[in-house]
Amino acid sequence: MPEIRNYTLNFGPQHPAAHGVLRLVLEMDGEVIERADPHIGLLHRATEKLAESKPFNQTIPYMDRLDYVSMMCSEHGYVMAVEKLLGVQVPMRAKYIRTMFDEITRILNHLMWLGTHALDVGAMTVFLYAFREREDLMDCYEAVSGARMHAAYYRVGGVYRDLPEVMPRYANNQFRSDADIARKNETRQGSLLDFIEDFANRFPGLVDEYETLLTDNRIWKQRTVGIGVVTPERAKQLSFSGPMVRGSGLAWDLRKKQPYAAYDKVDFDIPVGVNGDCYDRYLVRVEELRQSTRIIKQCVQWLRENPGPVIVEDHKISPPARDYMKGDMESLIHHFKLFTEGYCPPAGEAYAAVEAPKGEFGCYVVSDGSNKPFRLKIRAPGFPHLAAMDEMVKGHMLADVVAVIGTMDVVFGEIDR
Amino acid sequence: MNETVKTKSQLRHETLQANLVERYASKGCVVTFALGEVTMVIPREHLLSIATELRDDEAFLFEELVDACGVDYAGYGESEWMTQEASAAGFSRGVDRHIIDVSARGENDRFAVVYHLLSMAHNQRLRLRTFVDATQPIIDSVVDIWRGADWFEREAFDLYGIMFSGHPDLRRILTDYGFVGHPFRKDFPLEGNVQMRYDAEHGRVIYEPVSLDPRVLVPKVIREDNRFVSNAQQDSTDA
Repeated sequence: MPEIRNYTLNFGPQHPAAHGVLRLVLEMDGEVIERADPHIGLLHRATEKLAESKPFNQTIPYMDRLDYVSMMCSEHGYVMAVEKLLGVQVPMRAKYIRTMFDEITRILNHLMWLGTHALDVGAMTVFLYAFREREDLMDCYEAVSGARMHAAYYRVGGVYRDLPEVMPRYANNQFRSDADIARKNETRQGSLLDFIEDFANRFPGLVDEYETLLTDNRIWKQRTVGIGVVTPERAKQLSFSGPMVRGSGLAWDLRKKQPYAAYDKVDFDIPVGVNGDCYDRYLVRVEELRQSTRIIKQCVQWLRENPGPVIVEDHKISPPARDYMKGDMESLIHHFKLFTEGYCPPAGEAYAAVEAPKGEFGCYVVSDGSNKPFRLKIRAPGFPHLAAMDEMVKGHMLADVVAVIGTMDVVFGEIDR
Repeated sequence: MNETVKTKSQLRHETLQANLVERYASKGCVVTFALGEVTMVIPREHLLSIATELRDDEAFLFEELVDACGVDYAGYGESEWMTQEASAAGFSRGVDRHIIDVSARGENDRFAVVYHLLSMAHNQRLRLRTFVDATQPIIDSVVDIWRGADWFEREAFDLYGIMFSGHPDLRRILTDYGFVGHPFRKDFPLEGNVQMRYDAEHGRVIYEPVSLDPRVLVPKVIREDNRFVSNAQQDSTDA
């Protein structure tokens, strides 16, 4: 009789299904996982240590690079923590803009998740569909901040600038026919809000497209139903948050329970799973796509009707307008002090959390009264999720590890920080 | 509507503060309420017993550990640039990096572990802080109370060198295999101690002392800002 023994399998850090630089050391009994030991830190950049050496404002761009598929939500968590320390009240219009862009970001993130999760599990087409829509949303990012991904659009006290009146259009070029360009520019004739509204109107139909490919798909269900089941009790015990906790049947969403920005003024529902498996988490996230669209529509409506300031007028915190700076001595001094030194919040500590697409993204800031954070701790949602890897895959097959990585929606920018 | 939600949250947390004071003040815990958040400083020896009660007691039900992290308080409140009086060295852009004297803080107030708890049942948050010895930073692990503490404690060990007794698998987590030192301590330089490159002569990757010069782009400044006087008084009991 041949000798049967366990063996160790090294999964990643260069593996297409590892979603970045995850190294998994798997102890296997045949094809069954006995123990999974994720090795992380391959993308560790010490963001928190870097933040300690910079004024508060200069850390905002680092936030984009944490979870690089839900950029603005991370910014939101950080600026909220600093605003709490400073005691700043954000103008209402800025709150609505933040709410709208948080939801745009949620759609961006969930599309990325849906595409890659489906690709890992074996469905190619969804990936292409999802990236088609991501392109439009990234154009929204670009229109408002100038950058497609790392926007640095949220600032302490509001947002960098108001929404543009004109949506940028494609120029005619040698690589595309004029008819093609005209078709692409069709929805870009008006303002950014018009473009976003048009997107919000057609997006539910596109979600239906993704669902026809997956929701009742036999293979998709075989790969996800009953995989990686987490009970509500375990979800709490393992520090889960976001769709991971809602998939297990707990109706917990910071947007409802501890509302921030304008979430207490918009109408939306929280989808909740039943079985706590990968399939339920898939359903929760797909429904979140629809609910986000609902929130975006309400924000567009409000933003059309209510012009106003988008950042606090206090020039100790927000820079004065460029033209004032050119002609007014005091504005010039404010500008100089703000960008060379920054502002000093009172000594104290604050924790602010937002419902990022992946779960609770929190920033714990300790200030000693200086112009730099004394300590910044970033609570990344993916970190405790990945920590539960061992528990979630134990007893499953090797192929299910890929499904579980997909369902966790891990991004190493935020886990390794 | 925002106003009512906020006041409700504040009422809840004020009640929480009162409950905590009533229950734990006799054990040497200090409870503060600032910026809408409740913080309780727990003596190290009571951490496990109090944490278990906070999780299981009907009045608290802090079933989820949101976050746990280390904090190094060395150099707290020290600045690199005098702002109160004129400096004798003149107004120059090149400010030397302030060398933090780690022995300036007392034995028992340099390192702390900060836990953020969440009670979904009562919709409340609570922050716990426990100080550990600077020379022998050892603290009881809360992994048996909240399983999610596993990686958070590994991270605090990796970055601050705080040891968690009773942790099942206390290994480094974020730094490289074979890394020396605890990088988030305030006396660890931002540039690090070693740099790595491929050496063609040896045909392998080698480590050598770091060649970057430390520099200060923006000096650390503490300004007494009058706008925040009321906030500052409220927070003076913190930290």
